[in-house]
Amino acid sequence: MGSYSYYPGCSQLSSAEEYGDSAVAVAQALGIRLEPLPDWSCCGASSAHMTNRLLSVALPARNLARARERGGDLVVVCAACYHNLRSAQIELLEDEEMASRLERVIGSDPRFRGRIVHLLDLIYEVVGLERLRERVVNPLRGLRPVSYYGCLMARPPEMMEGDNPDHPRRMDELLDALGAEVRPWSYKTDCCGGSLSLTRTDLVVGLVNRLFEAAEEAGADSLVTACPMCLANLEMRQREGKLTFGHEHDLPVFFFTELIGLALGMEEADSWLSKHLMDPRPLLWRNGVRTGGRRPA
Amino acid sequence: MIKATGSGLEREIEARCGERVRLCFQCGKCSTGCLFTPAMDLLPHQAMKLVQLGQEERLLSSRTIWICASCVTCTARCPNDIDVAGVIDALRQMALEKGVRPAERNVPLFHSCFLGNIRATGRISEPVLMGAYKALSGDLFSDIGLAVEMLRKGKIKLVPSLVRGRREIRRIFSESGGKGAVGKG
Ligand code: SF4
Ligand code: SF4
Repeated sequence: MGSYSYYPGCSQLSSAEEYGDSAVAVAQALGIRLEPLPDWSCCGASSAHMTNRLLSVALPARNLARARERGGDLVVVCAACYHNLRSAQIELLEDEEMASRLERVIGSDPRFRGRIVHLLDLIYEVVGLERLRERVVNPLRGLRPVSYYGCLMARPPEMMEGDNPDHPRRMDELLDALGAEVRPWSYKTDCCGGSLSLTRTDLVVGLVNRLFEAAEEAGADSLVTACPMCLANLEMRQREGKLTFGHEHDLPVFFFTELIGLALGMEEADSWLSKHLMDPRPLLWRNGVRTGGRRPA
Repeated sequence: MIKATGSGLEREIEARCGERVRLCFQCGKCSTGCLFTPAMDLLPHQAMKLVQLGQEERLLSSRTIWICASCVTCTARCPNDIDVAGVIDALRQMALEKGVRPAERNVPLFHSCFLGNIRATGRISEPVLMGAYKALSGDLFSDIGLAVEMLRKGKIKLVPSLVRGRREIRRIFSESGGKGAVGKG
């Protein structure tokens, strides 16, 4: 189903390695070849746009110039990278002065006109629900997740292609196709506070635990995300809520790609899941979903 | 004095990010949707009013500009299409350029460490970033347990991944006028 340029993003080399690995493997299994941009660099995350306007365009621009050289579309898996690359692309195509200034600095043309697309949207559009359903050999029956988009996948609304910014549905539909019993809830696009996770941990613990409370109230047993910053923040700050909230939440959090891989029966799924700070495998085993790994006695 | 063309600050914000804060009619939707207001000293709609009034000092020394997590909810809700989050970015950038002492010291410090890491290696390496931030903020011991667990799970890579085109990255940083974040001003 084609080959695409791929922007991995820093987290996928370290704290969210399982996201990068599962994204590439699952895409491959579905007929989508992801080719990493040569010598890609950090998009600047929130730190660039919060402190320096030029940097917030220039850091993505270096990568967009590479995508332009390669041609075709650019696939991204991190919601924050997606947001930054898209914002910079719009800026570079609208502001000629900025574009030519950065062309000089970078030494190549950053005006990338291809499409920047999140892997979730690409799978939804190119593979489609029907074909995905046909490929499921290990249905996620009994799993009751809520889909969690977080803030940057869905906003600003102009960036939300083909899905509803206030009530996005594509992730729910994908999970449903995998056999999961997706629970409805109204916190899908609330922010988890990821950018303040280290600096104002106190605030972030409150926000994260509010999400887990809402998920439990909705009858969910897990959360699913398409953003490595959300996952890291949700896993790191969940337990700390014990002091403030009186009880400890322990809902596992998945990357949507891991669940697709699991449902497709991919052997590697167990190694992805084993990397989580909060091991999600016991929940799967309780529901009779095989992960390919050895169950503890 | 009220000027017909709006405050100088209003015009400066427009020049920086293209947003016309004078369109704000104080409906308060931005503040209603913001999850971070409990820690703010100015609500987002109040900040917009102060931009109209040209109250630069109060804005640049506020907690609000550093507490805002850039979740863009306010922007999505504004009936006048004001990119409120973009205006707050512009205020933070001004505060750093003018060397205003930040009310939330650790937030710009974190950004400075983050950008310093990109400048040095081209990509973020979590141990480098966390090490620098922990050392400079003096907050050495929180999250130690987490760091140990992350190392055990192989989530922290001790060898940073280096971008070959670091000269380009350095050119980008020097064009942007400094190290970024607190390095300036
Ligand atoms: S939502 Fe827009 S118009 Fe309403 S108070 Fe906020 S900035 Fe002003
Ligand atoms: S972008 Fe900032 S001000 Fe706007 S809703 Fe989010 S945290 Fe609040």
